[in-house]
Amino acid sequence: MRTFTYERANSPAEAAAAAERMPGAKFIAGGTNLLDLMKLEIETPAHLIDVNGLDLDGVDPTPDGGLRIGALVRNTDLAADPRVRRDYGVLSRALLAGASGQLRNKATTAGNLLQRTRCPYFYDTAQPCNKRQPGSGCAAIGGFSRQLAVIGGSEACIATHPSDMAVAMRVLDATVETVRPDGATRSIPIADFHRLPGDTPHIETALVPGELITAVTLPKPAGGTQVYRKVRDRASYAFALVSVAAVVQRDGSGRVALGGVAHKPWRVEAAEAAMPQGAKAVTAQLLAGAKPTHDNAFKLPLVERTLASVLTEAKG
Amino acid sequence: MKFDTPATTNPIDQLKVIGKATDRIDGPLKTTGTAPYAYEHHDPVPNAAYGYVVGSAIAKGRITAMDVAAARGAPGVIAIVTAENAGKLGKGKRNTATLLGGPKIEHYHQAVALVVAETFEQARAAAKLVRVDYAREDGAFDLAVAKDGAKPSDDDPDLRVGDFDGAFASAPVKLDATYTTPDQTHAMMEPHASIAVWNGDKVTVWTSNQMIDWTASDLAQTLNMPKEKVRLISPFVGGGFGGKLFLRTDTLLAVLGAREAKRPVKVALQRPLMANNTTHRPATIQRVRIGATPEGIITAIAHESWSGNLPGGNPETAVDQTKLLYAGANRLTALRLAHLDLPEGNAMRAPGEAPGLMALEIAMDEMAEKLGIDPVEFRVRNDTQVDPAKPDRPFSQRQLVQCLRMGAERFGWDKRNPKPASVRDGRWLVGLGMAAAFRNNLLNKSAARVRLDKRGVVTVETDMTDIGTGSYTIIAQTAAEMMGVGLDKVVVRLGDSSFPVSAGSGGQWGANNSTAGVYAACVKLREEVARKLGFNSADAVFADGQVRLGNRSLPLAQAAGDSGLVAEDGIEYGDLSKKYQQSTFGAHYVEVAVDAATGETRVRRMLAVCAAGRILNPKSARSQVIGAMTMGVGAALMEELALDKRNGFFVNHDLASYEVPVHADIPHQEVVFLDETDPISSPMKAKGVGELGLCGVGAAVANAIYNATGVRVRDYPITLDKLLDRLPEVA
Repeated sequence: MRTFTYERANSPAEAAAAAERMPGAKFIAGGTNLLDLMKLEIETPAHLIDVNGLDLDGVDPTPDGGLRIGALVRNTDLAADPRVRRDYGVLSRALLAGASGQLRNKATTAGNLLQRTRCPYFYDTAQPCNKRQPGSGCAAIGGFSRQLAVIGGSEACIATHPSDMAVAMRVLDATVETVRPDGATRSIPIADFHRLPGDTPHIETALVPGELITAVTLPKPAGGTQVYRKVRDRASYAFALVSVAAVVQRDGSGRVALGGVAHKPWRVEAAEAAMPQGAKAVTAQLLAGAKPTHDNAFKLPLVERTLASVLTEAKG
Repeated sequence: MKFDTPATTNPIDQLKVIGKATDRIDGPLKTTGTAPYAYEHHDPVPNAAYGYVVGSAIAKGRITAMDVAAARGAPGVIAIVTAENAGKLGKGKRNTATLLGGPKIEHYHQAVALVVAETFEQARAAAKLVRVDYAREDGAFDLAVAKDGAKPSDDDPDLRVGDFDGAFASAPVKLDATYTTPDQTHAMMEPHASIAVWNGDKVTVWTSNQMIDWTASDLAQTLNMPKEKVRLISPFVGGGFGGKLFLRTDTLLAVLGAREAKRPVKVALQRPLMANNTTHRPATIQRVRIGATPEGIITAIAHESWSGNLPGGNPETAVDQTKLLYAGANRLTALRLAHLDLPEGNAMRAPGEAPGLMALEIAMDEMAEKLGIDPVEFRVRNDTQVDPAKPDRPFSQRQLVQCLRMGAERFGWDKRNPKPASVRDGRWLVGLGMAAAFRNNLLNKSAARVRLDKRGVVTVETDMTDIGTGSYTIIAQTAAEMMGVGLDKVVVRLGDSSFPVSAGSGGQWGANNSTAGVYAACVKLREEVARKLGFNSADAVFADGQVRLGNRSLPLAQAAGDSGLVAEDGIEYGDLSKKYQQSTFGAHYVEVAVDAATGETRVRRMLAVCAAGRILNPKSARSQVIGAMTMGVGAALMEELALDKRNGFFVNHDLASYEVPVHADIPHQEVVFLDETDPISSPMKAKGVGELGLCGVGAAVANAIYNATGVRVRDYPITLDKLLDRLPEVA
């Protein structure tokens, strides 16, 4: 770990301004991912801005019938919120499928969105990784890639985004609220928040330097039957091989997003028109153009089969 | 004490303390966090500096240049140890690659430097500043490729009985199948850790180690110094599983770091280095051929196994059980060893039998199906009470059939539908599977010292280790039984090289051998006591803190006097193991459910029935077996060191990516021990169970998955991707 300086922020705008002032600064909230990465010198911030004291830990109704989730709401609290459980079941289920009870107690809503990939080559600093060290190459391509992306990857990177929560937020059409160093606020649709790797896999989100997430807003409840199915090698405490977040209406229409397959939560709205025709038709469009590796080609049939199972469950 | 004739009645047979389910006497220390582990000896070693290990970034080649200037100048840095400044080092008998690499590199994450600093954080930060340039060389990393060049091992010659080829060719029913098991890592909770302190030309090391004498010997040899000047102390070990049998990097580098820093140094091997820096269970490719009559009598059985290792390393002895488990007049077992430039392959819990049974016991299931015979019945029909290669050599005890039958009854095996893929529970495909368990009983000499003081307290000292197994407790039970005192009057001190040399913890030999050593020392102490008190030793009764003969009864403590009494002895074995084959037996039964859509396997219930001699402490023995069953589920379903075949290293080298079962994976587990004593094994009449509990579990799970799905997977672990294309169509 490199030495770093530390401050506590007093307001979101001040935090953003401070982050712009101090090159190499990072925000820290739960720290469940950042501290591990700092110990391994994968992250080497020169300055940490602690945002835990900011008043961003409320879950409040919005005027249009949705829910505004403060950036600092802990994963445990969000999963247990009665409004989330009642109206956004897919989000509650996704949260509880992630990490462990201890981690969920610390991990925050914004931090969960910003967590880094678990690609093993990203974690091994003796190996090249374009995400960790831009331009150094990608050891995962041609290496052990069972967990990695099957779609949306590039010649530079085939990492996946590890979050469960973000997959549910993607299917719920959430919006990420931020404040920038100049004090301006903006709303970023979750679809545009995470980026595909392209030539710059180290740039993972639409955030500009210093920009701080203040909340995630959910639109009014989507209704339907909401399912989150996470498929993994052990029953708990493992990242998804694939996951399916689905909202299925009584008439068979609905929405679906995938985790574990791409550099971002994966959703193709156009594919959802095929929902009434079933999993095969949806998956064909969802994963059109997929480029799996030898190690992870199984994820394609696995997505279709898991989605089929989810649709069966949703029908009751 | 020489043990060369079968045990007769002795004080252990009273079973007042031995054989009772007893809480671990070290339990309160563990549950209150006051048992000091290797890295935590703060009181005896204040002011220790911190060492941080730098691992090689290549698997094979040479260091061409190393620049430690920046690291040396970093805040808090006291010393840096590399092969350049470590002086001339010898090599211990038991490690294949050198423990401090450079300039030659033999495997990934081989240690190339230790950075010592005032704080852990400073050492870690400075270690990142060490610049190493490498000249990479091509290596052999893939067993499937290296297999054709594999050679027989001198230590393990092929065993041929009868005419296997002829008998197999003419067998009416036969199976010829190949199975693979992956590389696995021990993944124990406590990392390899040591604190070293020099005092003049003597060094003391607090460490975490299973085999104190082996490691002290190898450390002395590596340092080119007399063994008497090396002291190892390892009172508590947070898991070993074979990964801590030997001298490893943490110990050597702590010692070298302390010499260089001229102050105590502590080193805990960093978790991300453990999989590649230390030993692992090597991958195997196994071919099993079985020929039988239509009635299910095996006429020919062959088991060949290929594994790889660094030059000088040994093969994984995956065919051992096949020499002994089933009858059959014509037999072949063979090991082949390929050269691989991977980290050293070596012992992991039940080396040999664990991966060997993963193959053999699927083969038996496949064969039973071909024959149309129930898998339990097929095994029963091929039981043997003698070593099949030497029919005049019986087993000392062999209750395999009883284990199989009792397990079948308790588990409800008769409700199993023999037709695969025929039981459905909602979205789950449900199946039952079973396998035989087998692990040899190994005998090693073991010594102890026993003291009696004037308060009547019996103190046992031996360099035996407790790796979480319950050694403290069964040794205390042994001494209490022998001396006729309660457990509250026994103190047990373990894991110190200044104590008499024990068998140590490994190969499930620890319990039987170390308690037999304590038995021997107690026999001697009883003689001393009897002599002091004026009794004829053979007839004196030691009970309730008294020594009694006829009407005469004296307190045990009285014999101690002010100066106390001390006796030291050990157990040594004669040739009983040549006359009798000594093994442990069991049967594993498993129910699984496989998600018909995703192929995820979840174990629903498990049963083990074990016949392993006298069970010294049913509570700690059960803990050993359920832990082993858990490890078997890991081996069956998820554990695999993922190999990067281009660069020659295990990629998933941390606990986030090397998955072992979590609580949610482990269902109800039941363990039954048959009531058995084995007077051939030792005066304790006990054997081991800690590895038996693992042997066969993987195959039982695999066979249950087959019964559930109709998909036969012969490559472990059985992850969902291996099932997916053969599961039922989904809508």
